[in-house]
Amino acid sequence: MHLYNLTLQAPTAISQAIVGNFSGSRRQEIIVSRGTRLELLRPDPDTGKVTAAVASHIFGSIRSLVLFRLTGGIKDYAIIGSDSGRIVIIEYDPDTNTFVKVHQETYGKSGARTIVPGQYLATDPKGRAVMIAAIEKAKLVYILNRDAAADLTISSPLEAHKSNAIIHHIVGLDVGFENPTFAALEVDHTEADQDPTGVAFNNAEKMLAYYELDLGLNHVVRKWSGPTDTRANLLVQVPGGQSTSSDSYEGPSGVLVCCEDHIIYHYMDATQHRVPIPRRGYPFQDKDRGLIITAAVMHKMKGAFFFLLQSEEGDLYKVAIEHEEGDVKSLKIKYFDTVPVATSLCILKSGFLFVAAEFGNHHFYQFVKLGDEGEDFSSTDYPSYGMADPSAPLPRVTFRPHLLENLALVDEMESLDPLIDSKVLSVLPDAGTPQILAACGRGARSTFNTLRHGLEVEEAVREDLGAVPKALWTAKLKEDDKHDAYIILSFANCTLVLSVGETIVEAEDTGFLIEAPTVAVQQIGADALLQVHQHGIRHILADKRVNEWRTPAGKTIVNATTNKRQVVVALSSGELVYFELDLEGQLNEYQDRGALGSAILALSIGEVPEGRQRTPFLAVGCEDQTVRVISLDPENTLQTVSLQALTAPPASICIAEILDTSLNRTQPTTFVNIGLQNGVLLRTVLDPLNGQLTDTRTRFLGTRPVKLTHVNVQGNPAILALSSRSWLNYTYQNILHFTPLIHRTLDCVSSFSAAAHADGLIGVSGSILSIFQVTNLGATMKQDSIPLDYTPRKFLMHPQNGLFYLIEGDHRAYSEESSQQQLERLRAEHKTFDEEILGLPARQFGRPKAPAGVWASCIRIIDPVKGETVHVLPLDNNEAAFSLAMVSFAACNNEVHLVVGTAQDAFLAPRSCTSGFLRTYKFTEEGRRLELIHKTETDDIPLAVLAFQGRLAAGIGKSLRLYDMGKKQLLRKAENKNFFSAVVTLNTQGSRILVGDMQESIYYVAYKPLENQLLIFADDTQPRWITSATMLDYNTVVAGDRFGNIFVNRLDTKVSDQVDEDSVLSGGPHKTSMLAHFHVGDIVTGIHKVPLVVGGREVLVYTGLHGTIGVLAPFVGKDDVDFLSTLEQHMRSEQLSLVGRDHLAWRGYYVPVKAVVDGDLCEMFARLPPSKQSAIASELDRTVGEVLKKLEQLRVTASGF
Amino acid sequence: MSSELRYTANTQLEHLHARYTGTGHADLTKYEWLTHQHRDTLASIVGHPPLTSFMAIADGEAIGRVRFEMTERMLQPCGPPPPKDD
Repeated sequence: MHLYNLTLQAPTAISQAIVGNFSGSRRQEIIVSRGTRLELLRPDPDTGKVTAAVASHIFGSIRSLVLFRLTGGIKDYAIIGSDSGRIVIIEYDPDTNTFVKVHQETYGKSGARTIVPGQYLATDPKGRAVMIAAIEKAKLVYILNRDAAADLTISSPLEAHKSNAIIHHIVGLDVGFENPTFAALEVDHTEADQDPTGVAFNNAEKMLAYYELDLGLNHVVRKWSGPTDTRANLLVQVPGGQSTSSDSYEGPSGVLVCCEDHIIYHYMDATQHRVPIPRRGYPFQDKDRGLIITAAVMHKMKGAFFFLLQSEEGDLYKVAIEHEEGDVKSLKIKYFDTVPVATSLCILKSGFLFVAAEFGNHHFYQFVKLGDEGEDFSSTDYPSYGMADPSAPLPRVTFRPHLLENLALVDEMESLDPLIDSKVLSVLPDAGTPQILAACGRGARSTFNTLRHGLEVEEAVREDLGAVPKALWTAKLKEDDKHDAYIILSFANCTLVLSVGETIVEAEDTGFLIEAPTVAVQQIGADALLQVHQHGIRHILADKRVNEWRTPAGKTIVNATTNKRQVVVALSSGELVYFELDLEGQLNEYQDRGALGSAILALSIGEVPEGRQRTPFLAVGCEDQTVRVISLDPENTLQTVSLQALTAPPASICIAEILDTSLNRTQPTTFVNIGLQNGVLLRTVLDPLNGQLTDTRTRFLGTRPVKLTHVNVQGNPAILALSSRSWLNYTYQNILHFTPLIHRTLDCVSSFSAAAHADGLIGVSGSILSIFQVTNLGATMKQDSIPLDYTPRKFLMHPQNGLFYLIEGDHRAYSEESSQQQLERLRAEHKTFDEEILGLPARQFGRPKAPAGVWASCIRIIDPVKGETVHVLPLDNNEAAFSLAMVSFAACNNEVHLVVGTAQDAFLAPRSCTSGFLRTYKFTEEGRRLELIHKTETDDIPLAVLAFQGRLAAGIGKSLRLYDMGKKQLLRKAENKNFFSAVVTLNTQGSRILVGDMQESIYYVAYKPLENQLLIFADDTQPRWITSATMLDYNTVVAGDRFGNIFVNRLDTKVSDQVDEDSVLSGGPHKTSMLAHFHVGDIVTGIHKVPLVVGGREVLVYTGLHGTIGVLAPFVGKDDVDFLSTLEQHMRSEQLSLVGRDHLAWRGYYVPVKAVVDGDLCEMFARLPPSKQSAIASELDRTVGEVLKKLEQLRVTASGF
Repeated sequence: MSSELRYTANTQLEHLHARYTGTGHADLTKYEWLTHQHRDTLASIVGHPPLTSFMAIADGEAIGRVRFEMTERMLQPCGPPPPKDD
């Protein structure tokens, strides 16, 4: 078995974000790390929209990201700390729209290791040095400078190691132009390791150490260190140094130390200031819990600065420092607003705040106010500025969060992170291809998403015409008009002309012949219009004079193609008549008529190239299943120059010039698109010199004949192909896309531009006319969401009624029931409390944190077609749902029941609960409600349940049990307790159950009905922390583990047969062999074996926690395997990883990669420089075009994307 | 092996141990080994963004909190060392 890996959707989580002037222009951009990708986002300050400019797969894991700017420079560089053991400086090149690696210095082993730097990065604010640190001990400092040619240079590393020190955070200090200084939060574990009494551990101090890089001596000294709060977790840079224009200090320098419940200002021996972090005044919450700051940002404005710190609950605090002559006078903190908990916050100079959410959609806010009003807490209110007794906490202060006051949400970037469970099914009617259903999100921001392949369409106008038009055109009046003046609709026996103004009304006296159907309409020449009808051509001049050309007697026009200067019509006799506009604006017929000897079905000419008289080629599709390219050049007019045979009669042809950077980087390529009557689209490249057709690519679009239209989308040429689905072929960010539109089946379509609908499309489906826009270019999937209450865990579809059953559960959250109880208790005790704070919407503010072991959970019924929740069933008694299954119990006439595995008072580490339950529900009201039949107690958490031969198989802790239906509870029938840690997945075929263990990979279990025994007969040779598993066939299983691997295991057929035949087994279990292994880089949460294209082969679709969606497609033949493996090998040697991670090492992170070719790497072939492309192609004995065609074909057949 | 070589080999080994924290040696106790294992595991969780997310979702905590608690735990992941019996 050989598999081809393709990522359909890159991870949508953002693990870090930085903002700067990466293009070197005045505009600010955001670089985000999506774990395994680096992406540049471009916020538009006028519209407030954030668009992605470029994304780069780095084939490594990004752990940290900082930016710096050399003194006097105008451009920011980014430094990436990754798992490659290398420090990498990159810059963004706006001309080629790519990231360019400027420097790459190796310092250690690859992998995310304890003592190999890469976890933390800090730069000097003047861009003179960077510190890169590991979690323990190692810190390296690099000096950044310019050489004589003003290019960036990087020095050898200087060590600032501190043995046995665990590093919590580092930051660069703002010291102006004094020696660069870095601050680090460290804990020394030497003494704690030696002291058996535990005293040293309890007395372990967290040190704040300042490291100075002496630029003169070229070494780093630990200049100052002293203890700080033991629960400090984050350092924030405070501005310092003297301003260049005046003698005044820009700030006091130093750092803010964010600790649990406190913020401390610290700078070596300077006076420290401490303020408490205000907490939400919930009447009930986990009282022992501290509050930490998880994200922070400092913003400098003219002569002033402030900080926004975000707590783990999402509240933003504005922190200000008053200072004089470099001395801090006070430290003030106040509540600002509440936004989703972020991994990074970025403030833009144009007054925006980018919140890269740790889970769920990322938000882009605009500052409305700077939060100057409101109560603040100052260090001057406390004795010794809050540092009277640093070990004792300051009294807690509270506030009530409010709806957004200082910020306004302007844009939202969709994110599937965390994607916890998924299914691939066809639930929506008329969707064509299966949808991916994904349960995403965390806590109150969770959603249930339906993803379908396609571009979203925004419909602006929808009108029923009452009759069915056959064709549709839009036309301007003059060549340089911005908007269209007419919409022309052709019906079976007449033509309707609509004029476009403020409203769209029927136009009269336009010069168009309206008593007959129209074949073509064109704005021709400078200010004339042209109408082709069955019996002639009308050339309507600006003054409404009409020159008419009539067909010879007995012949009609069956087909026509036009551009601004040329007209070609096909007569019913199979003749071609060619017209060209002369310099006086007269339409002249060419003296000869071309006869092709076959009925003409389709015609097309391209646009007139700029500065030319005519386009030299005409493509003609004939009934004899050929397409001929015919010259329109004066030298050999109407002579056939090339011919291509087709597999079916053509339905339509469209010649268009579209930029495809894989073929030609600078100039648009001329494509002849041929739509066949069997629904296949052929795309061939037309050689502009000799008219030869080369490099044919095919694609199946739908069941109807393909109709092609040349349209404009956001100012760029595009092709709309109409079949049973409508597909748009367009270039976005230099990449050619081919995506279906999510819209009604269209019969005909045209570009449409009017004052109210700039850049739109107009289309007809049946008798319905609609004007619509395609806005979200570049996207491949449309996402529809249903909000949920708690973190989704698992879901299932009912086999008959099509409803979804989803279980949700949140740890450390109070359920509705328990909050009510607590409130009643408080009321009974006559305590006064803030009721309003409980009424805040949980979706925005989250819920009060409960102690560990407290759960809120529910079962939800969802109608996926209507996109709504049908019913919610909350669980009581602190029970949380962990698993569910649909079981048709043989004991009750195969009636389908829902079994939900729950646990009461569950703790995670170590795993425990007071009692587990298997709740059995009956479906009522056609599945729209559930009725609890009984609860069956279990001794551990049931993490997996499954229907098995008319009974229930349940993985309860370390045991697998079979249950049958009983009157009062489920009845235990068989048990096997010999699993290593906990059963997390169950799959079955026949009498075999495949058990995924939390730590010990997949066990093969056979159920022997005669002995009523569950026997483990095979297992894996390696420990694997299984997260999801699916059976490929009776002997083969594919599974994902917690470290981001996906692998295929197979049991030997002989062993399999032997086990099925013999009833008695002896000896130890057999071992499975590993067939394939691949490191995805994201934790795989779902694997499904389904075809993604209609009539296509089955592929493995996997989804990852951070929102990755990918496929593993089996190769068809050995040739493909050889070809792509060799291509992959060549691509590997190109060293494309931006962070310098070796591709082979990355894909074989934990286990060497086996039998999987990385399509993501192979597809980067299209982005290589042409010389490299041809070098690799010649090594493979192919042409560049053939390689690209193969890659596209693999993608299309595997995924349809 | 000459005594001189043995001497240099030993110092080299010591040097390596000082350089690569967590490397095992002949006199390693079970406690030390386990502590190194735990520290490496915790560092790996902190160093891999999907793993921190995974932990955060299971536990209902913020990623920042999970990362902080994991790093805190590195100080003494396996409890105090066993008393030395001399």
